[in-house]
Amino acid sequence: MSGKQSGIMTAVWDFFCSLKLSIFTLICLAVTSIIGTVIQQNLTRNEYLNVFSEKTYAILDALQFFDMYHSWWFVGLLMLFCLNLICCSIKRLPRVWRVVKNPMMTPSDAALQGFSNADVCRVKGQVSDLAARMETFLAQNFTVARRNQTEDGIYLYAEKASYARFGVYVTHLSILIIFLGAIIGNIYGYKGFVQIPEGGSVDQAWLRSGGTIDLGFSVRCDDFSVSFYDNSQRPKEYRSLLTVEDQGQVIVEKRPVIVNDPLTYKGITFYQSSYGPAGGEVMTIKAKVRDADKTQALVLHRGEQGLLPDGSRVQVADFTPSFRNFGPAARLQVKPPEGESYVVTVFQNFPDFDNQRNGELIFSLVDFDQLYYTGLQVTRDPGVWVVWVGCTLMVLGCLVAFFLSHRRLWVVLKEEEGKVRISLVGSAHRNQPAFELYFDSLKEKFRQELA
Amino acid sequence: MTSGQLFNLVTLGYFASMVLFVAFLATHSRTVAMLATILAYLGFAVQTVAIGLRWYETYQVPGGMGYAPLSNLYESVVFFSWTILLIFLLIDLKYRQKSVGAFVLPFAFLAMTWAQLRLDSSIAPLVPALQSNWLTYHVITCFLGYAAFAVACGVSIMYLIKVRKESHGEDNPAGGLVGLFPSAKILDDLNYKAIMIGFPLLSLGIITGAAWANYAWGTYWSWDPKETWSLIVWFIYAAFLHARFTRGWAGRRAAVLSIIGFGATIFCYLGVNLLLAGLHSYGAGG
Repeated sequence: MSGKQSGIMTAVWDFFCSLKLSIFTLICLAVTSIIGTVIQQNLTRNEYLNVFSEKTYAILDALQFFDMYHSWWFVGLLMLFCLNLICCSIKRLPRVWRVVKNPMMTPSDAALQGFSNADVCRVKGQVSDLAARMETFLAQNFTVARRNQTEDGIYLYAEKASYARFGVYVTHLSILIIFLGAIIGNIYGYKGFVQIPEGGSVDQAWLRSGGTIDLGFSVRCDDFSVSFYDNSQRPKEYRSLLTVEDQGQVIVEKRPVIVNDPLTYKGITFYQSSYGPAGGEVMTIKAKVRDADKTQALVLHRGEQGLLPDGSRVQVADFTPSFRNFGPAARLQVKPPEGESYVVTVFQNFPDFDNQRNGELIFSLVDFDQLYYTGLQVTRDPGVWVVWVGCTLMVLGCLVAFFLSHRRLWVVLKEEEGKVRISLVGSAHRNQPAFELYFDSLKEKFRQELA
Repeated sequence: MTSGQLFNLVTLGYFASMVLFVAFLATHSRTVAMLATILAYLGFAVQTVAIGLRWYETYQVPGGMGYAPLSNLYESVVFFSWTILLIFLLIDLKYRQKSVGAFVLPFAFLAMTWAQLRLDSSIAPLVPALQSNWLTYHVITCFLGYAAFAVACGVSIMYLIKVRKESHGEDNPAGGLVGLFPSAKILDDLNYKAIMIGFPLLSLGIITGAAWANYAWGTYWSWDPKETWSLIVWFIYAAFLHARFTRGWAGRRAAVLSIIGFGATIFCYLGVNLLLAGLHSYGAGG
């Protein structure tokens, strides 16, 4: 490789390692992200044409502004961000690793002079005695020190929280892990939905991206209900009772699934997300024989025919949950075994209404049950745990990076003109002002100790 | 005594404290600063009691099952001002820079005034989507983060004023409104410290939000405007933290970035609900 080429390579490498690139990428990500919050994403062409002209639409579409978070340029920015993270970690991590793994136990005088927190005392006595005293001093006021002897003298070295230097890299790694989790979820997971009418079951889900997928088991909705807070339209709870059957075996039976409490089976999770009328009600009709103690109850769908003991056939011809202001009402078609058929109207709120007809049979509407379908979000995401691991690492990494610092102390004892020269040197890898305060008070104790 | 009445007292207290902090800048009187601080503490104590009282009140409404009062815009604005005071008092305990109060108390006072005068304070039981413990974790972490950013923003404004004065008038004596400001170096450091507190909290707020979304809807991230704006705020402060280590980015540019960051925070908190549509729509109005 020629010198010129390697020069270019170094320049490119430095570019991808640089902090300026990080700041630039972060600001670009922040600014471009705004676009997708102002322009609604993933609408249909016609919905956009209601807002934009043909020409504007064509330009915005070409720029992929309608699905910008998945556009080539936004994904490109994210990749540049990751590349920057990886490069600057590769560049800096080995050096940090060396500092932590192979600490400077016996630094040269020049190296020691490079630290701004330092103090020196000259005292009479034996080097080894003083070294032992300083070892106790460090153990009492800081932490246990390691001792090294060279021709020059005795070096004591103590350090705290050396791992704090890795906080930044853990935070950077956590971002890559979160991206990895998201990619796993995108490749091996899916998002879909099902709509199950009460009493019905499904073994397939509709994918949001189109098409269907086999669940490999079946889910039945035994019941769906919605409840409201007293005297208000404010919903209190949406609840589906779900039963899971796998190869003819009931695995989960009538498990209530509400919002914020999903059901998971074989890595597939079902979330309560919507509901609606399934287009059918079940009515409970009572027929009483006049002047007798005989009552018969029938449970009928709309249009379904029921048989009474006297041979009459009853059919719900029509039903409404609210007829004007009178509440639930049904129209029944009654066909006696002999004679003309007739129509009866019954109200749930007025059970005696049909009594006034003076017929042989008195009908009433006891209750009705609206049939609903429940709408469930169906998600399979094997990457989600990776994302949570990344998130945990991010918070821990941030805390370590911001609030802990790698603090080092050296005590060097050297014989000098009949005395022992003891120097105390300290260094912190961050938060210098706080360390200066700490070192100043330590310096006081150090002088008292040797006084 | 209802929580509403107590919140009115709190608003008055913060107003008086704010005025006294400004008066301190003008008079340089230690007594005034002391009074302002005492009022801030009192207001904070009463507000803590009032939030507890409102929590109790949520159990008393007919049909109410009780909930931590963090569920609608009114409650969140009140909580926001509480967190601003919390972070401010912590920083005051540690750094004893009284002049900072004049630039932080206004945020808390404005929030309380807006809540008390313009927002619907009725207690409404929680709709199904909000019935989750994640709500509490999510709101507490987010707002502690926002409050730290509010303090950082106040300090950054002080920094810009200070630097401007220093570069303009050498004739400016130690007196004047700026006389009691901490040095530019300390302000720059305070700005960084506040964001250092805010950033992990914001991250935790976004993460708890994602965990909750995953639990309620099966998606931890869907690029809805609220999520996206919280990420924008995160990007800005991440840029700020890296800017500190870059030549030419400390000081003035860092202060500007901090102010922009808080602007984005406020937009994420209010603008998205009031101006854009999304999943957090129940947070608007109430």
